[in-house]
Amino acid sequence: MARYLLKRLGQSIVLLIIVSMIGFFMLHLTPGGPLSQYALTPGMTQETIDRIAEQMGLNRPLPVQYLDWVWRLVQGDWGESYRDNQPVLSVIGRHLFATLLLMGSSTAISIGIGTWIGIRGATHRYSAFDYVATVGAMVALSIPTFWFGLVGIYIFSLELGWLPAGNMYEIGNGSFLDYLHHLIMPSVVLALVNIAIWSRYMRTATLDVINQDFVKTARAKGVSERRVLMKHVVGNALLPMITLAGMQLPNLLSGALVTETVFTWPGMGRLFLDSLGYNDYPVVMGLLMFSAILVLLGNLIADLISAAIDPRIRLS
Amino acid sequence: MTETTLDTPSHRWWNSRALSRFMRHRLAIIGTAMLLLLTLACFAGPHLLAYDELFIDLRARFSPPLTGDHYLGTDPMGRDITARLLVAGQTSLLVGFFAMILSTLIGTVIGVVAGYYGGRVNAALMRFVDAFLAFPSIFLLLALAAFINPSPVMITVIIAVTSWMEIARIVEAEVKSLRERDFVMAGRMLGLSNTHIMFRELLPNMVGPIIVAATLTVARAILLEAYISFLGYGIQPPLPSWGNMLNGAQQYLDSAPWLAIVPGITITIAVTSFNFIGDGLRDAFDVRSEPT
Repeated sequence: MARYLLKRLGQSIVLLIIVSMIGFFMLHLTPGGPLSQYALTPGMTQETIDRIAEQMGLNRPLPVQYLDWVWRLVQGDWGESYRDNQPVLSVIGRHLFATLLLMGSSTAISIGIGTWIGIRGATHRYSAFDYVATVGAMVALSIPTFWFGLVGIYIFSLELGWLPAGNMYEIGNGSFLDYLHHLIMPSVVLALVNIAIWSRYMRTATLDVINQDFVKTARAKGVSERRVLMKHVVGNALLPMITLAGMQLPNLLSGALVTETVFTWPGMGRLFLDSLGYNDYPVVMGLLMFSAILVLLGNLIADLISAAIDPRIRLS
Repeated sequence: MTETTLDTPSHRWWNSRALSRFMRHRLAIIGTAMLLLLTLACFAGPHLLAYDELFIDLRARFSPPLTGDHYLGTDPMGRDITARLLVAGQTSLLVGFFAMILSTLIGTVIGVVAGYYGGRVNAALMRFVDAFLAFPSIFLLLALAAFINPSPVMITVIIAVTSWMEIARIVEAEVKSLRERDFVMAGRMLGLSNTHIMFRELLPNMVGPIIVAATLTVARAILLEAYISFLGYGIQPPLPSWGNMLNGAQQYLDSAPWLAIVPGITITIAVTSFNFIGDGLRDAFDVRSEPT
């Protein structure tokens, strides 16, 4: 296990380095780049822009700028927000909880419903249920998340008045139930796409397991169908789902960004969009890197959990 | 040598087993029909309408669908939604189509090169693919879109730049499984160049998986355009796109819900069509269903 851990850790660090290069060079090579905020200011002369570029060290060769930037990144100095001069890391930190809360509750919903649909689809293969689930998943994957959110707001907030149309809590309230009330719609909206993905993969994984010898043996020994399913099939089919959860992280974050925008949810996605609006370059860059690090970390944890459960993975 | 002729009764493509399997796939046929209708409507429809997409009918602002002579109603400026929806469809479909072409090109070249050369080249290129996959695509897209001139061409390019990785992975896996085959060895012995073997001998054997992935990439590209245009960083008005028609819709959700409902349903229909077709093609070409 220690060898596997070291190997995976090494791979993650290599990936992290490449990720930082892609992030840095892509944003610095796009026309405009970090100075776009100043270029749009009225009365700004080229000389002033050049002076600002010199002050910010942007006239140095790109590789030098990159190394400088990485060195400060490693030390925890992610720069300061143009908007309020707060350190970027603490700005992100303040928005992290809301996003994790949204992603967590939405994942719980999608895993619960998705695995159930997937297992039922596999055990009742080619039934009406399976067919509806298959077509339903394809349609669900085609619905833009933000539009599903708008429809949800229209029906449940504006027409029925059951759920709030946005924000994380009522000002002056903020009790647990209040949070929950505000959490329901955004997490269901974010869960839709993931229910579709989980149910598809779970169906495939269950079908893979269901035909294996140990399942047939269990049946032949007279183990009840229910016990075979719960104990032998589901447990083994869920294993690849851990890796899938890690792989789905970037999509989940993308979805969270869009959902947060529609529901004015005070998380990282909203922060990202607000910062874009202000051309708050350090925060945009910081969030881009932070989300990629979060993804790499999630993948690493998912792989380590799978390896801890299944010796075949760490020994191969 | 370059065509898999074993399982086809004749060289004619319309006799191929893949086509007959596709034709028996009910969802794929529904998808194809919906897509043809939609494309026809978007490209021919605007010429048949009484209003163009920019005409402002001040007396008919906010008219709901099926009232007066605006079939799907008007927007807050009094522009005809039907006309805007169809012209927007041209933009969105073209952006989706060309983003697919570009990302398929990038993904195929990287995948073929990585798979064929193996070793260090493969390791370097595939780590590059993995690193790109670590970015949540919408974060990367928005960051790029915010710093460039958001013309339809640039939007297409940045969507392609963030969606080629899937195809690269599929192609790399295929090439790896094929590169030790006899026909590749024969090619090497004949003294064919690596480029010739990669793109003239190997590539034709992977047309199936590439077409399947490309179809699903169109679906993805249309959705991505809708996301960034909805957020205000994609296609810019007055040029309509399905995404930017939804841009202002949230603030009128109470008074004019059709502003949100009409373009949203259209996007869903378009994307569903591509997903149905992709599913049919997957069965037709017998590509393993979910890559793991």
